[in-house]
Amino acid sequence: MPVAHVAPALAMTLGAVVCLLVALSVPRRGQWLGAPLAVVTAAVAAALAADLHRTLPAQRTFSGTWALDGLTAWATWTICGATALVAMLSPCWLSTDRRHGEWYALLLFSALGAILLAGAADVMELMVAMLLVSVTGSVLASYHRQSCMSAEAGAKYFFLGALTNPLLLLGIVLLYGLAGTTRYAGIAGALAGNGADPVVITAAVGLVLVGLAFELGAVPAHPWVPDVAQASPAPAAAFLTVVPKLGALAALARFALLLPDGGVPWRPLVALMSVATMTLGNLAALGQRDVRRLLGWSSVSQIGYGLMAVVALERSALARPALVTFLVAYGLANLAAFGVVISLRGRTRLQDYRGLAGLRPWHTAALILALLSLAGIPPLIGFTAKLALFGAAIDAGYAWLAVAAVINTVISVFYYLRVIVPMMLRAPVGTAPVDAKPVATLGHATAAVGLIVALSTLVAGVLAEPLLASSISIL
Amino acid sequence: MNVLTACILIPLAGAVLLALRPTLSSRAARVAGALFASVPLVLLGVVWARFDPAGPRFQQVIDIVWIPAVGAGFRLGVDGISLPIATVSALLFVAAVAYPLDHRGKAAQYAAWVLFLEAATLGLFLALDLLLFYVCFDLSLVGMYFLVAIWGHADRERAALTFLLYTLAGSLVMLLGILSLVLARDPVTFDMRLLMAEQRLAGDSARAGLTLLAVLFGLAVKTPLVPVHTWLPAAHVEAPAPVSALLAGVLLKMGTYGMIRVAYAMMQDSFRQYAPVLAIVAVVSIVYGALVALGQGHIKRRIAYTSVTHMGYTVLGIAAAASLGAGHEDAMRLALNGATLEMVAHALITGALFFLVGSLWQRGRSFEMDDYGGLASCAPRLTAAMVVAAFASLGLPGLAGFVAEFQIFSGALAVHPWLAGVALIGVVITAALFLQLLQAVFFGRPRGRAPGQPPERASDQASDRLARFTDLDPVESAVAGVLLLLTVVIGVAPAFILDLIDAATTRLLGLG
Repeated sequence: MPVAHVAPALAMTLGAVVCLLVALSVPRRGQWLGAPLAVVTAAVAAALAADLHRTLPAQRTFSGTWALDGLTAWATWTICGATALVAMLSPCWLSTDRRHGEWYALLLFSALGAILLAGAADVMELMVAMLLVSVTGSVLASYHRQSCMSAEAGAKYFFLGALTNPLLLLGIVLLYGLAGTTRYAGIAGALAGNGADPVVITAAVGLVLVGLAFELGAVPAHPWVPDVAQASPAPAAAFLTVVPKLGALAALARFALLLPDGGVPWRPLVALMSVATMTLGNLAALGQRDVRRLLGWSSVSQIGYGLMAVVALERSALARPALVTFLVAYGLANLAAFGVVISLRGRTRLQDYRGLAGLRPWHTAALILALLSLAGIPPLIGFTAKLALFGAAIDAGYAWLAVAAVINTVISVFYYLRVIVPMMLRAPVGTAPVDAKPVATLGHATAAVGLIVALSTLVAGVLAEPLLASSISIL
Repeated sequence: MNVLTACILIPLAGAVLLALRPTLSSRAARVAGALFASVPLVLLGVVWARFDPAGPRFQQVIDIVWIPAVGAGFRLGVDGISLPIATVSALLFVAAVAYPLDHRGKAAQYAAWVLFLEAATLGLFLALDLLLFYVCFDLSLVGMYFLVAIWGHADRERAALTFLLYTLAGSLVMLLGILSLVLARDPVTFDMRLLMAEQRLAGDSARAGLTLLAVLFGLAVKTPLVPVHTWLPAAHVEAPAPVSALLAGVLLKMGTYGMIRVAYAMMQDSFRQYAPVLAIVAVVSIVYGALVALGQGHIKRRIAYTSVTHMGYTVLGIAAAASLGAGHEDAMRLALNGATLEMVAHALITGALFFLVGSLWQRGRSFEMDDYGGLASCAPRLTAAMVVAAFASLGLPGLAGFVAEFQIFSGALAVHPWLAGVALIGVVITAALFLQLLQAVFFGRPRGRAPGQPPERASDQASDRLARFTDLDPVESAVAGVLLLLTVVIGVAPAFILDLIDAATTRLLGLG
């Protein structure tokens, strides 16, 4: 077997085990060592993926169970990048937890699951990857063992996964029953033939969609997202609202391409899911008074936009660049926003952000950049993603989907402004000189990470060419 | 570096520098901001001097690879339509930074946002790339939002939010239209020159109609045309005076400029087909704007609604030029030249009006006409400037507004005589409403009272206030003087600007 083809995944596994061993063997004051280890592991995995992408043609390898192509490469890069950033944001946040070395091992295992999701070309492998992400994710979400809120977030994530993962399994069983194989190649062939019962196919596809919707945080399996965003440890919130979604979106794109265009109405189904997700996420975000919960709902709606790329796959040349640009744009902007929140020690009530512009101008600038990128204001990368997404939808004959996305974008600007306005236009709470102490932060290093990620939304938006050009033929 | 690139990058650099120096004194920020803002003005003056109307259609062109994957480039260039508009915009930006204003302790931040807005605005007027055009269109919203929301009057946040959401919705719909246009044919490109030459949607009726509708909707919100004008009064009333001047003088032009540059130039067939509808909407805007303005006792709101009327003239000119066909070449050129000149004239005149109303507020702390009266006796310079500006706005011959409106009506009468006739009502009402304004504020006896004071003490109060009322300071006089001088120059000897515009419109209409 060509073991080298899964080198990035092997590197992640190895790195995670090393992290675990380090956590077991070093004294408490050295637990932060996991962070640099995780960053190095992610960097090595990304480099290995780049090397594979450069040297090998797109193919299904490992007896057809593993897709080695541009999409896997881009998913691996974005997942590794996001994991490294979360690892950098973690040590200061967790410094009060004296035994937090295994945190980094969990991050790496979860990222590994997301990479496997993105590259799976076999429904059984898809299931295994899904379970790996879900299990590690619920531990990350409930990592603050003393906090009821954190435990609740973890439980919600866990139970929703416990509901949707069997549905996914059921869908997989149906597909296996239809095709007689679990390989994507065989399933595509069987579905394209005329023998199969369209009702069963539609049921199977629907079940797989629901199963993937869980990690996507898309309707109908989205309710965990706001709770995790609000109550789990802030670095876990940053991780769980980004990394599993990146893997799951790639997995959905890959799965969608198996389906013949004439048979199952999967495009309208995904389009419906897209509209429902963006609309529900936006409407729910409107009334939030908690910044982290607002970001959670915003990340629900963002995935709705990302699904537009899946709808347009194979119908528009812009769909693939749109998918990759969205992965990058969403990851950067969401991590930048959570990075600022982490750096402000998880400050989460909207009213506590009043007057932040005067007290912490750099944090404010970073958060504003991140929110404007999420809103899709040019020339930030979020705009580039929306440009490609809208274009792909129009090109694919789904102009109504683009119109729905436009309406949702306007709504979303309203609640992003609900965060920006208090920071820029209000006086800080407690104007008495006694209260006017500086806003507590986690130090310069964490703030710098947030600011650099926020600035990269601007840089990536202005210099979007490599991103768009290299992703035109990713599948 | 290309001159036009410098026009965008230098204000942007100034914005970043000023944003990094938040503690700068008010005076220093004004001086530094004005210096940065005047660089593009000087550069555009040089471009104007070197512009050859007989030369290539677009001059000073720069075309740098940006995102070739979607056919977008950093493409800039000027023709006889964009050059006058960009130049007058640059002038207004210098005035807006320099004009005295209560900066609320954030003078550097104010100058930074104005410079940011200048970069976005000039980027839009100079763009030869549709993506760049859109990016600048959106960025201007962000800049204007913060200028109104931070330095506006009492109800500033709501007004700024209304402005932002309203115009953002418009611009996103326009984005869909732009995408539909750009994606209509391979290869995908955002190069305006190619899109103008190719007419990508010619002959595709349903898609072409919807695309034009989407683009025109976005532009109409910005212009604004009735019935999508409702953000305008609130934004104008709540914005600080120099920002109102920018909003009326510069940002509204983006809508009508886009109609000429994008909607008409790139979709001529469909535009011609729907031009009569646009003309009707324009006439409705003209009459409605004038009538509503007449009913306002609030000075700023009154002037704001006259913008709806004046931008209606511009749109009427564009629609008239587009509706005409072979055999009416002169009328077409007249109408489009008039529409373009109206943009310049309105920028100068309404810019001046809003600056002067700002001066009125600085001294009287009220925008109600009833609170003033008899100011001519104590503020002769303010009165003189306001009288000239008001007469220019109502279209007195010898001033810029007349030259523009005369051409628009001459062109429009050739194609839609009834509509042009109805639109003339707008001119009459505008005259009435400005004369009424002048009479109430500057002539007659002092009136008005402070809130909560009994009426019998009103006359004491008013004469008190009149006694403390000072005339325009040197900066205010200079700003008003320059703007109104240009109004007179264009009114008396418009050839220097009309030749430039005519060279561009002749080619745009395919007559040259």
